[in-house]
Amino acid sequence: MKNDTGISAARPSAGSGDGNAARRNSNRPKYSRFTQQELPACKPILTPQWVISVFTLIGVIFIPIGVVALLASNDVVEIVDRYEIACVPPNMTHDKIGYIQNPSISKTCTRKLKVPKDMDKPIYVYYQLDNFYQNHRRYVKSRNDQQLRDASKANETSGCDPEKTTADGMPIVPCGLIAWSLFNDTYSFNRGNGEAMIVNKKDISWKSDRDHKFGSDVYPKNFQNGALIGGGKLDPKLSEQEDLIVWMRTAALPTFRKLYGRIDVDLKENDIITVALENNYNTYSFGGKKKLVLSTTTWLGGRNSFLGIAYLSVGGLCFFLSTAFTVVSLVKPRTIGDPSYLSWNRNPASQ
Amino acid sequence: MTRAEKIRDKLRREKLRWSKIYTFNCARANPELIDFANPFNGLQGPGFSRKVQCNQPSLHRRKPLHYPSNYISTTKYNIITFLPKAIFEQFRRVANLYFLLAAVLSLTPIAPFSAVSMIAPLAFVVGLSMAKEAVEDWRRFMQDMKVNKRKVSIHKGDGNFYYKKWHKIFVGDVVKVEKDHFFPADLLLLSSSYEDGICYVETMNLDGETNLKVKRALDVTLHFDEDKTFKDFYATIRCEDPNPSLYTFVGNLEYEKQVCSLDPNQILLRDSKLRNTSYIYGVVIFTGHDSKVMQNSTESPSKRSSIEKKMDYIIYILFTLLVLISLISSIGYAVYTKFGMRNWWYLQPENASTLYNPLMPALSGIFHLVTALIMYGYLIPVSLYVSIEVVKVLQAMFINQDIQMYDEDTGKPAEARTSNLNEELGQVDTILSDKTGTLTCNQMDFLKCSIAGVSYGVGSSEVEIAAAKHIASEFSGSPGHNCFPADYWDNNVDDSSVIQLEDGITCKVVKDPKPKIKGFSFEDDRLMQGNWVKEPSRGTLQMFFRVLAVCHTAIPEHDEENGTFTYEAESPDEGAFLVAAREFGFEFFKRTQSSVFIRESYPNPLEREFKILNLLEFNSKRKRMSVIVRDDSGQIILFCKGADSIIFDRLSKNGKMYEADTMKHLNEFGEAGLRTLALAYKVLDESEYSTWNAEFLRAKTAIGLDRDAQLEQVADLMERELVLIGATAVEDKLQKGVPQCIDKLAQAGLKIWLLTGDKMETAVNIGLLRLGLKQISISTMNTDFLDQDAKKAFLSCLEQNIKDNILLQITNASRMVKLEKDPHAAFALIIDGKALSYALEDDMKHHFLGLAVDCASVICCRVSPKQKALVTRLVKEGTGKTTLAIGDGANDVGMIQEADIGVGISGVEGMQFPALYQQGPKNLFFDWSRIIAWTANGLYSSIVVFFINISIFYDQAFQSEGQTADMAAMGTTMFTCIIWAVNLQIALTMSHFTWIQHLFVWGSVSTWYLFLFGYGFMSPVISGNAFHILIESLGPAPIYWITTFLVAAACNLPYFAHLSYQRLFYPLDHHVIQEIKYFKKDLTDEQMWTRERSKARQETKIGFTARVDAKIRQLKGKLQKKTSNLFNPPKHEINLPPPCIYSTANLAFSRQNFIASPNLHQVETPLPLHLEMKVKN
Repeated sequence: MKNDTGISAARPSAGSGDGNAARRNSNRPKYSRFTQQELPACKPILTPQWVISVFTLIGVIFIPIGVVALLASNDVVEIVDRYEIACVPPNMTHDKIGYIQNPSISKTCTRKLKVPKDMDKPIYVYYQLDNFYQNHRRYVKSRNDQQLRDASKANETSGCDPEKTTADGMPIVPCGLIAWSLFNDTYSFNRGNGEAMIVNKKDISWKSDRDHKFGSDVYPKNFQNGALIGGGKLDPKLSEQEDLIVWMRTAALPTFRKLYGRIDVDLKENDIITVALENNYNTYSFGGKKKLVLSTTTWLGGRNSFLGIAYLSVGGLCFFLSTAFTVVSLVKPRTIGDPSYLSWNRNPASQ
Repeated sequence: MTRAEKIRDKLRREKLRWSKIYTFNCARANPELIDFANPFNGLQGPGFSRKVQCNQPSLHRRKPLHYPSNYISTTKYNIITFLPKAIFEQFRRVANLYFLLAAVLSLTPIAPFSAVSMIAPLAFVVGLSMAKEAVEDWRRFMQDMKVNKRKVSIHKGDGNFYYKKWHKIFVGDVVKVEKDHFFPADLLLLSSSYEDGICYVETMNLDGETNLKVKRALDVTLHFDEDKTFKDFYATIRCEDPNPSLYTFVGNLEYEKQVCSLDPNQILLRDSKLRNTSYIYGVVIFTGHDSKVMQNSTESPSKRSSIEKKMDYIIYILFTLLVLISLISSIGYAVYTKFGMRNWWYLQPENASTLYNPLMPALSGIFHLVTALIMYGYLIPVSLYVSIEVVKVLQAMFINQDIQMYDEDTGKPAEARTSNLNEELGQVDTILSDKTGTLTCNQMDFLKCSIAGVSYGVGSSEVEIAAAKHIASEFSGSPGHNCFPADYWDNNVDDSSVIQLEDGITCKVVKDPKPKIKGFSFEDDRLMQGNWVKEPSRGTLQMFFRVLAVCHTAIPEHDEENGTFTYEAESPDEGAFLVAAREFGFEFFKRTQSSVFIRESYPNPLEREFKILNLLEFNSKRKRMSVIVRDDSGQIILFCKGADSIIFDRLSKNGKMYEADTMKHLNEFGEAGLRTLALAYKVLDESEYSTWNAEFLRAKTAIGLDRDAQLEQVADLMERELVLIGATAVEDKLQKGVPQCIDKLAQAGLKIWLLTGDKMETAVNIGLLRLGLKQISISTMNTDFLDQDAKKAFLSCLEQNIKDNILLQITNASRMVKLEKDPHAAFALIIDGKALSYALEDDMKHHFLGLAVDCASVICCRVSPKQKALVTRLVKEGTGKTTLAIGDGANDVGMIQEADIGVGISGVEGMQFPALYQQGPKNLFFDWSRIIAWTANGLYSSIVVFFINISIFYDQAFQSEGQTADMAAMGTTMFTCIIWAVNLQIALTMSHFTWIQHLFVWGSVSTWYLFLFGYGFMSPVISGNAFHILIESLGPAPIYWITTFLVAAACNLPYFAHLSYQRLFYPLDHHVIQEIKYFKKDLTDEQMWTRERSKARQETKIGFTARVDAKIRQLKGKLQKKTSNLFNPPKHEINLPPPCIYSTANLAFSRQNFIASPNLHQVETPLPLHLEMKVKN
């Protein structure tokens, strides 16, 4: 019989109809508040009071946070210096690529920075690239973490296309486009009085990267040996190459800053800093900017007023909404549980 | 004598030759011997190839006569086909197919994700769904096995019978089926325990008819009435091939050089039951899936809910969106690759593979398109189906576990056989219900009667009890208690109630101290314990009881245990009458071939013998039954019982003494939801009878096509000039819970169609229809009433005529419905199976549907299972609404399968509050504007998440240690924001928090942090960029937490504002009710609550409540009359016209059923239409 849709219950099947009581009771579903859907439940009702207080509460919380965040952001002192154009010798401005690719031309360049406000140590030094797609799929994937971690896996170059091996088939360590395109501008700082400021490049990377992702016994092999030279070269021992470790943490956006080092000196307002930089890295091909950034931090990090503004806006909106709801419910109040709002009362014609 | 012989002897004694008693049922012209020269006339060629070698089943296990065994299977899969078929089923879903493609592509470098992350979720999702399918199919398999393993007695050779499992039966087997057992296959009846080879069959499972059917064996096989006789039985049957027609059979039997033709009279169908007959012998003709009932079952469709179908649309839209987004992104990619990438030396464009080749940007773009399609694939939720499936399985579990749906009597909990359709339950628009056994218990209870113009019986029907309670509670002035009509049935109707409305408003509900007699709830001291002897009209009373005791076709069975008699009757009504007669002191205790014996207790105990001269039995055409008897004083009397309209037409001039009173009582009984029959008699003198009998005998022995017509004509002559005695009223008790539920559903605005195999009267009379409902009846007039010439003349174009006529009826009725001005007028469409078969034809069905949807209720009578399924399909496809079919027998299977939702009755859960349900069919919660609004909300949220995050983690250090955010840090923060936003959104949409909701909402959020923490602790080989991300970089950075807070709030702000606005100023019904409940207003202001509760019901014109309302109106009218008579001058009556008159008028109106004539010359316009036209003119 094609009775698969549920008529079996009515079918006089043998036994179950006149079975004994025990058997009957065994079929009886067991009572529990869960299976009978009788769990105690909290059924919040959105009354005007609730709505208005929720909006007010959000406003009350958000606006102070916004103010604090904005203050923190404003506390940060930041010096940003774009140098990739200024550092091209005047006779080469028509051929910037030729300039940057010609190893015989000196890339040294001097910049003078004025401190706008007192800067308390530590002062973080960043380089900022622009229009640089570290987030390109080809780029992001072009690395091999096993090789970086374990010296014995030096031959492990899968995924490193097209920087896998040298022309004669030797594996490259570290392989891949990311390492190959390592940023290689260098900065050194002097105070106006000529006193050198030491840039501390230690601990600029994440500790977990140094300890767990870059093996202490892994040394570069065949790196930047090919016909194409990308970015910087490496000295022995990858785990000490913190510039590389920082670089290998690919950025999410085409404009990004990466930590270059730390200056553990306080700077005073109107101090002049002389920066001697080696302008090695080619951003001219793709029209990218290069900036040198010196910045202090607060508990919230660097300078970015967006967070504070966003908090203030949302908080303000909530205040507005709470006011609006108050006004509307005063002008056009509705008694909670008023049966006249039931559909059959509102629209008697439908009956 | 051995015990076996004794039993056989007893069986012999009970052998009655019913064929000699019956006039119409077993009517058979002389055994038709077919011209032996051409015995296979009409039984050759395609469609008639079956040949059955009786008693030689072994011949049927090999070719060429191989037929399938009796094994049945309704499963969708078997072990071999499960994997391919189930996988195919799964990948019929577009989304799954897409993910399969994505998973395959993830093995190539094009994929943005690792293969595992693509394949694992898909495998999980598909595996889960398949496991569900497997479990459900296994259950079906077990169900089949239960049927296959039933046992039946089979001839094994040498006259020995053994029990064998059903599925081992083959064509040609001789089986012996015992009383109250199902036939295992389609059988040819050879002989039965009755001498003349008749047997009674209950076909409720096939066509829903409750009346027993009589089948009769061929005379040539009658002598095979014992096991031993089958030793040397050989015969050959040639017959039609398996087909679904339940009412036809063409074939012949070759036995001992004789060829006899077979007709449906000899065929016992699988799934019908042997009743009132000790045993039968039969030969298996059709087995297993060849049997008619199996042929009738439509292939079980794999049901997909409308939500699932709509979900497919959404998936298509999302997919279009996905393609669009991917296309835009690939074009952008190609442009960038062409113009930008060649300058991006750090990507080594000169060494690039095709995926990123600036020299072939178009190709790279195409590859990127594939990548993008996979990457943005999150737009299509892989878990969508599986989450819904898990929810449905849980819902099914809740349904199965529901104690309120557990039936104490049978010990059966509810069983959701397929969990695919649970959510549809909330969207049902039309309910198609089988009546018999579904809505009523099909147990008749003799409740009232009207004899000699006096109404007897103080017991109350369910409708009356409910109405009385309502009025009583209203007058006692407690509005919150019991006055809501939906509460009527909260009070158990098992209590017998005494309501004496005649004397004012006293309503006593008294527990009955007496043990109840099944089928007899009559209470009236005037008639019981022989008190009727003291009544003035004792003669009529006696006649009445004799009609009950004599005019039937039942057989008494002596119950050894308590000495009483039980009766095996053809219909439960008849059984109830006999029980009633017994209780009144007219016990029918013995039937012989020619006599019925009655033991009369009052006034003096004595036994009476009534010689049965003729029996003109009941059939649906005649709507009456008569017996002509000679009592012990030698007087010849005709006893007749039948439908009131039929009987009233046949009364003699002086037999109408009680007509008016009886009519009034009949209306009252009808109002109370009772089934009524009128009783009459006629005393015949000897000469009158013998003249008639001679004519009758001549008609009976006539040969030819018009024999039946002649017989009927002669019988009709006799059943005239009757004397009315009174009327009976039996209650077909409504099944507990079910009609109430249907009633609530009707209040919730659902349409209810009744599809029943029963005859029209039974169907209409059920307590579902409010009296006064205008009935539109569409039927084919019986062609038998036409004279022969007309019949022949129109035989050729008869079909077309009938069709045209029905079309005319439909259009006329539609016009009438349209012209109806009264907004409260409701129509019930009543259509019989024959007319339906025309109405369902392609060119007519839309007219029919158009009329049907305008009617409050549709009743289809005498419909076959196939028609039930067809009607269901018509409603489903014609209206595009969700349909729910309720049924209980195999005859409903087609309908149940065809409907969007099938419910097999054991009990259906009532609705909490019908009005809220109206939101469901209106699809308030799943319409396109909502879908678009939610999509917009999603878009807004994603924009907020993305841009706030990239603005905050732009380029500066994100914590005091000076490090800037890399891709991993920013991505993780974004994802944290999403987790919060989504879960807050879920929490906001909830109106109901139990610990489960709290657990899952807040649990999801904390699981994310736990995952981040745990995953970060794994070796960097596994965790990669996520290594130590929470503890080292994000956790210590306040900006991470502050951002999460901001984004979560910003994402949900618009929704919350919208929600608040809607709830505060434009609340939906369930909001208001939630508020009322929350502030306990329903307790403090009961009046308001009651008022709203009753308003919430949609006014219904059908259902139990509607009936109760009608009764209340009637009672109130009476009350008004009484009080106004007492206190006021009668003119006040005008304010409230007695509803009795009102309903009588309506009743009279409704009796003007449209009569259709297939004769073109005299197409009658139905009377009400004449009236209608006149009014219009």
